[in-house]
Amino acid sequence: MRKIYADAESALEGLTFDGMTVMSGGFGLCGIPENLIAALRDTGVKALTVISNNAGVDGFGLGQLLETRQIAKMISSYVGENKEFERQYLAGELQLEFNPQGTLAERIRAGGAGIPAFFTATGVGTLVAEGKEVRTFDGRDYVMETGLVADLSIVKAWKADERGNLVFRKTARNFNPMMATAGKVTVVEVEEIVPTGSLDPDAIHTPGVYVDRIIKGTFEKRIEQRTIRIRETA
Amino acid sequence: MPRTREQLAERAAQELQDGFYVNLGIGIPTLVANYIPAGMEVTLQSENGMLGMGPFPYDEDVDPDLINAGKQTITEIPESAYFSSADSFAMIRGGHINLSILGAMEVAENGDIANWMIPGKLVKGMGGAMDLVAGVKRVVVVMEHANKHGQSKVLKACTLPLTGTGVVSRIITDLCVFDVKPGGAGLELIELAEGVTLDEVAARTEAAYSISQTLKAAA
Repeated sequence: MRKIYADAESALEGLTFDGMTVMSGGFGLCGIPENLIAALRDTGVKALTVISNNAGVDGFGLGQLLETRQIAKMISSYVGENKEFERQYLAGELQLEFNPQGTLAERIRAGGAGIPAFFTATGVGTLVAEGKEVRTFDGRDYVMETGLVADLSIVKAWKADERGNLVFRKTARNFNPMMATAGKVTVVEVEEIVPTGSLDPDAIHTPGVYVDRIIKGTFEKRIEQRTIRIRETA
Repeated sequence: MPRTREQLAERAAQELQDGFYVNLGIGIPTLVANYIPAGMEVTLQSENGMLGMGPFPYDEDVDPDLINAGKQTITEIPESAYFSSADSFAMIRGGHINLSILGAMEVAENGDIANWMIPGKLVKGMGGAMDLVAGVKRVVVVMEHANKHGQSKVLKACTLPLTGTGVVSRIITDLCVFDVKPGGAGLELIELAEGVTLDEVAARTEAAYSISQTLKAAA
């Protein structure tokens, strides 16, 4: 039970400092660590570099940290859903590094796996490859990308057991498993903490070795694009 | 008569083959899912971490944990599988996806594509587009032939920052279909949309292209 904390605030205690790098899981608003983002905002920590595929929306997700100007730099693949982000970026108040989504995912996977760099064909001949080493393997060009690690990873999973073994749900998995491996400290929020032994060991997505602290959160799970089909009437 | 968006999607669906794993881009490419021929086994990949994408949910079945790469709510089907973003791009980068159908701002004679950035305008990011064009076995572009200023989007060379170089195999527009010949051998016009003439394509295309023998015979 050493890993289980009472709430998001206590789970971040002693982990935050100005200028730190934070990885934050999720794709769009799906599978984001809502509770830990809010708690990170409340710590008042400043000048964050945040590694996250997206930047939330105005007032929700990472949008909350943008509103309070706590983020100095974002490393992301797509940030189109956030007006405050746009304003700060155009005003030169926020640094931005775009990574192709697969390159971002692999940089995080590599960082967590102790691999300092790798070569990928993604981005060769584009702005993304500028200033980076390009090498040819079997007649094709590849650009070198470096692994990413963070001072802190905040992750959302569906269930955890008391030892930190994690199970994700549907497409809310996305960047969360890699980020869990790439944080010097990884804090996870889940919908349910279950007794150790109740998860099938064959069905665990992230083994507890990567998880330092766990909280049970409460979730709004906002939807960006609610698309439905109409039931044909008889 | 130029093809409508729906007709473009219908034409693009002819690129599908039985057993294919396919990634569809946002916009017109997404509509291709509505034209998968009955009985054909096509598995749709969503790069946020799913194979086997189902249709939009009924209102009561909406699940915030189940979205596609366009952040739209979707459903699962019996063959669905979920995985992480790293696994998703491993299957893209590793050449395991047969076909990607994407939109574009510009495509060049040599198969270069630009579809993520207009300098001077707010850039939202490339998302997974660069990974898809670099990794998927066959890349087909579906787009309007001209931009909103009436300028050709099929060019001798792209003017916008590239998404990938020499990666496009086929271009389907509202006027016609071009094949990008391998090894930088240029474009070949292989189809005209119904009611569109060779002259009309010539007048509205900046890129150089050859005309296929079959099309010449039909004209």
